[in-house]
Amino acid sequence: MIPIAIGFALLLWELASRWSGLPAFILPSPAAVFNRTVRAIQDGTLIRHTLATLIEVLGGLILGTVSAIILGYGLAKSRTVERFLSPYIVASQSIPIVAIAPLLVIWFGPGRLSKIMISALIVFFPILINTIVGIRSVPDDLRDLMRSLLATRWQIFSRLEVPAAMPVLLGGLKVGATLSVIGAVVGELVGANEGLGFLINIGRGVYDTTLVYTAVIALVALAMTLFSLVVLLERHLLAWRDTGEPKL
Amino acid sequence: MNPTQDLLRADNISLTFPNGNGGLHVLDSISLEVSPDEFVCIVGPSGCGKTSLLRILAGLLEPSSGQVVFSGERLARPQRRIGFVFQQANLMPWRTAHNNICLPLELAGIAREEKQDRSRSLIELMGLQGFEEMYPRDLSGGMAQRVAIGRALVHEPDVLLLDEPFGSLDALTRERMGEELLRIWKAHRGTLLMVTHSIPEAVLLADRVIVLSERPARVVLNLEIPIPRPRSIDLTYTEEFGSLAAQIRGEIRVNVD
Ligand SMILES: Nc1ncnc2c1ncn2[C@@H]1O[C@H](COP(=O)(O)OP(=O)(O)O)[C@@H](O)[C@H]1O
Ligand SMILES: [Mg+2]
Repeated sequence: MIPIAIGFALLLWELASRWSGLPAFILPSPAAVFNRTVRAIQDGTLIRHTLATLIEVLGGLILGTVSAIILGYGLAKSRTVERFLSPYIVASQSIPIVAIAPLLVIWFGPGRLSKIMISALIVFFPILINTIVGIRSVPDDLRDLMRSLLATRWQIFSRLEVPAAMPVLLGGLKVGATLSVIGAVVGELVGANEGLGFLINIGRGVYDTTLVYTAVIALVALAMTLFSLVVLLERHLLAWRDTGEPKL
Repeated sequence: MNPTQDLLRADNISLTFPNGNGGLHVLDSISLEVSPDEFVCIVGPSGCGKTSLLRILAGLLEPSSGQVVFSGERLARPQRRIGFVFQQANLMPWRTAHNNICLPLELAGIAREEKQDRSRSLIELMGLQGFEEMYPRDLSGGMAQRVAIGRALVHEPDVLLLDEPFGSLDALTRERMGEELLRIWKAHRGTLLMVTHSIPEAVLLADRVIVLSERPARVVLNLEIPIPRPRSIDLTYTEEFGSLAAQIRGEIRVNVD
């Protein structure tokens, strides 16, 4: 089904580029983009910049996820911590990340660190919320069971809270995985000297639209790969769950 | 009564849950005792505080006043020697039946071989052979509750507290599980304290039935069931059974009116 869908989209694209009368720097043909992609692979540019973005994305995803889980766990366990911190968290979420991206580039420099920070920030919130929801969803009766069996704090965490929160947490991670790519690219568009966002800026600057398309395709592939990895992880970790749900 | 004979005793337990207007008075100076190897059932109207009482007896909930005495000592926190079976099977959905049963041993740091031995004998006792590797979502209600009882028995507690363990099962499965419980009790011995809302079930299973009133719950009847064992389900049609059940029902009704 998927190859047919892709083939059909390519056909439409080819027809549109031929019959619409739009100049090639607006809508290049699939063949032209394909040739440009092959060239970018052969001269090493595409690999280099994809790798740069990948590193930023993974860095942001890991940093954002780990810090959100730690803070989320604290918020879920303590009403005091929650009451104290949630106004700041909610306020911080009303700042559009695109608007403060330039600020972060100023603070952390034009290198990878600023992209990792932007990516981590955008990943942070959904994972935080899902951690809180996940930990709060642990049934009281299972907590009572663990208490009646004299479970230690660590045992309650590792044998009850982690597995019980896992489905919700992985849901957050799926969202986070795609957002992390957006974060890194936003950072690169603001100011960078490598990465797929940087490549898009270059292509636009020299009217090499085919290069822009190439970079966008690489970004889509990157985001989809990341998402699929989380789905695989989910299938592995949640094998105990009903499998009747739609697979994505 | 000689106090050293009790295994588990409640002395004047009262419980009030804090709420907006003066608190919800749930238990009103409840005293009861359970002797070793006795099977006691508690019946009472729904919402009267049976679950709360059981949680107090398990050390999971602090009473507002009064105390619980277990094996001659004041109970301040949960004990491994007190097992608890919840109203819903309360299994961990990410663990297989076998791994659910092993949980108490795992938490207690029991060595692998002993764990295997004990869980295997429990699986046999509960009639769960062939279901070991199934996840809770694939188990019927009755099977899930068997796993839950197996889990509560695996570390051989002195007392087993059961909170309406068959409440969510259909009538036939429920009868079946009652018989199973008697069989297990006979095989294992041990002390059982079970909450139920079924009067016939209580009379059929128990040595003694304790009847609680509407909230705030008091003990309104403490009735020995002198029917000899083994008891079969056919007993429910005898006159003696009928009059015992009627006595309990009458007490509940009087206190509702
Ligand atoms: N943790 C709690 N906080 C406040 N009220 C509670 C709590 N647990 C139970 N209750 C209330 O106490 C009453 C008795 O509950 P419960 O012990 O579950 O009764 P039963 O098991 O007899 O149905 C109910 O009205 C219930 O709403
Ligand atoms: Mg109850």
